[in-house]
Amino acid sequence: MLKQRIVGVLLVREGIVVQSLGFQRYLPVGKPAIAVEHLNRWGIDEIVMLDISSPQARLRLDVLMERVAPYCLVPLAAGGGIRTVDQIRDVIKSGADRVVLNTAVLDDPKLITQGADRFGAQAIIASIDAKPGDDGRYEAFVDGGRRRAHLTPAEMAKRAEDHGAGEILIQAIHRDGAKSGYDLDLVAEISKAVSVPIVVLGGVGSPFHFVEAARLPGVCGLAAGNYLHFTEHTATVAKAVLKKAGIAMRQDSYADYRDFSFSEDGRLLKRSDAELEDMLFIHYVDEVI
Amino acid sequence: MSVQSRNVCIIDYGMGNLSSVASALASLGCAAVSSADTVRIAQADGLILPGVGAFGEAMSRIHALGLIKVLERRVLGDKIPFLGICLGMQLLGRDSTEGGLHQGLGWIDASVDRIPADVSIRVPHIGWNEVAWTVESPLNGNLEQNGHFYFNHSYCMQAPNEVITAVTDVGKPLVAAVRRGNIWGVQFHPEKSQNNGRRLLRNFLNAIPILSPEAQTAC
Repeated sequence: MLKQRIVGVLLVREGIVVQSLGFQRYLPVGKPAIAVEHLNRWGIDEIVMLDISSPQARLRLDVLMERVAPYCLVPLAAGGGIRTVDQIRDVIKSGADRVVLNTAVLDDPKLITQGADRFGAQAIIASIDAKPGDDGRYEAFVDGGRRRAHLTPAEMAKRAEDHGAGEILIQAIHRDGAKSGYDLDLVAEISKAVSVPIVVLGGVGSPFHFVEAARLPGVCGLAAGNYLHFTEHTATVAKAVLKKAGIAMRQDSYADYRDFSFSEDGRLLKRSDAELEDMLFIHYVDEVI
Repeated sequence: MSVQSRNVCIIDYGMGNLSSVASALASLGCAAVSSADTVRIAQADGLILPGVGAFGEAMSRIHALGLIKVLERRVLGDKIPFLGICLGMQLLGRDSTEGGLHQGLGWIDASVDRIPADVSIRVPHIGWNEVAWTVESPLNGNLEQNGHFYFNHSYCMQAPNEVITAVTDVGKPLVAAVRRGNIWGVQFHPEKSQNNGRRLLRNFLNAIPILSPEAQTAC
C-alpha cells in the first residue's frame, strides 16, 4: 500500500539554506548540498527545495540542482522563480524530479499545462500560500506571500488542478515557524476542492502535528522545514510516532525507533536500564551494495 | 570484472532526469555516459532508458533523434541488457492513450492507460509503495519482498501475465515491473529509491555480461 510521506522542505536564500519565520525573518542553516545529504541519511521520503531569494539575488535553479542532486537519493522537487517551460526542462535535467510553481498558477496558468503536456502531470506541483484575511476567510498569496491573489486558496488549487497540476502543496503563511501545528481547516478546505494528492506545510513543532494532518482525506505528504533542521533523525522519530498512531510509513533506516516510547512533545524517552544493558553488544555493520 | 569497466549508456532524448540515474550509478562505482549519439549507444553493453514526461512527446523525440534502428539492433538483435525506468518502461509497450493514441517501441505486448478510477488512492500515484515480486529474475533475486520503491506516475501499463515480474497495490494491483528476456522495465524510480533502488541498479549492472577485450578498448 502507498505510504504517507515525510517531506523535507529546504528554503534557499542567496545560496544558503535558511529557517523561515512568518515569511519575514530568516535564520541561516548552511550549505544546500550538506542539508540534502543529512536529510537523506535521516530517513526523509522526499525533498522540496524552494529558492526564496529576491528575484535580483536569485541563482539559477538548475545550477543549484546540479550542486545538490548528486547527494540526493530520494525524490527531489524544486521551485522558486520558474516562469518558462525551458526552465522546467533545465531544472528537471539537472536532477530535480518535479517542479513547484506558485506565482505562475496565478499569472500564467498555461505554464502548468505546457509543463504537464511535456513532463507529465506528476512532475508539476502547484504551491498554494495562504493565510486568513481580516474577515477570517482564507486568502491566497503569490510572490513569496507578498502579493494578494484575490482568490481563495481552494479556487487557486482548483485552477491549478484544472490546468494539469499533479499535486498541491499547501503552505500556511501564518503558521510558518510557529510550531503550533498545521492549519487543518485550511487543508480540509483545499482538499475538498481538488482530487489530486495534497502535501501540507507550515507549523510543525512536534511529531504529533504530523499525525493530525495524516488523518485528513487527500493528504499524501507531510512537509516540514524548520522542524527537521539541527536535530538528527527527526524524520525517523516522526515516522515511529506516526506508525504507533496506526499510519503506514516507510521505515527503511536501520535506526527506526520502532520499540521506543515518546514524551508528550514527541521526544524519545530513555529506555530502561535492563534494555540498555542488553543492547551493549549489538553492532550495526554498514551494508556495502 | 568490476563494475567500472561495464560500458553503460543512459539514453539522453531530452526527457527526464538523466543526472539522477547517472549519480545513482556513480554511487555504485559505474561511470555511465549519457548520450543520444547512435555510435555511443551502439558501443554500450547495457542501456538505460530513463524518463519523466509524456508518452507522445518522448516517442517523437526518439524518432527524431533516429534512435529506433540502433536500439532495435542492440536490444532485440544483440540482446544486450536494457532497463526502462518509469516512462522508459511504458515506452516498451505497443501504444499509450496519454494525450491521444501514440505508438510505443512495441517490444513488449502491452498498452499504457490512465490509472483506473476505482483505485483507493488519489491519482497521480506519488510516493513510496511496496513492490511485490511475482517472478524471480537477476534484477530482483536479492531484493526483499514488499520493499519500498518510489512511484510517480498517472499512467500505468496493462501487460499480459507472462511479462509481469512485480506488482504494487493501490487498492488494486498495478504493474510495477516487466521483463522479456534481456529487456527489463520498472514503473518506479530505482535512482530515487535509496538503498533498495541502488540494490536493483547493482543487479542490473551485474546482469551485463563481461566484456570482450576489443569492446574494452573501445570505452
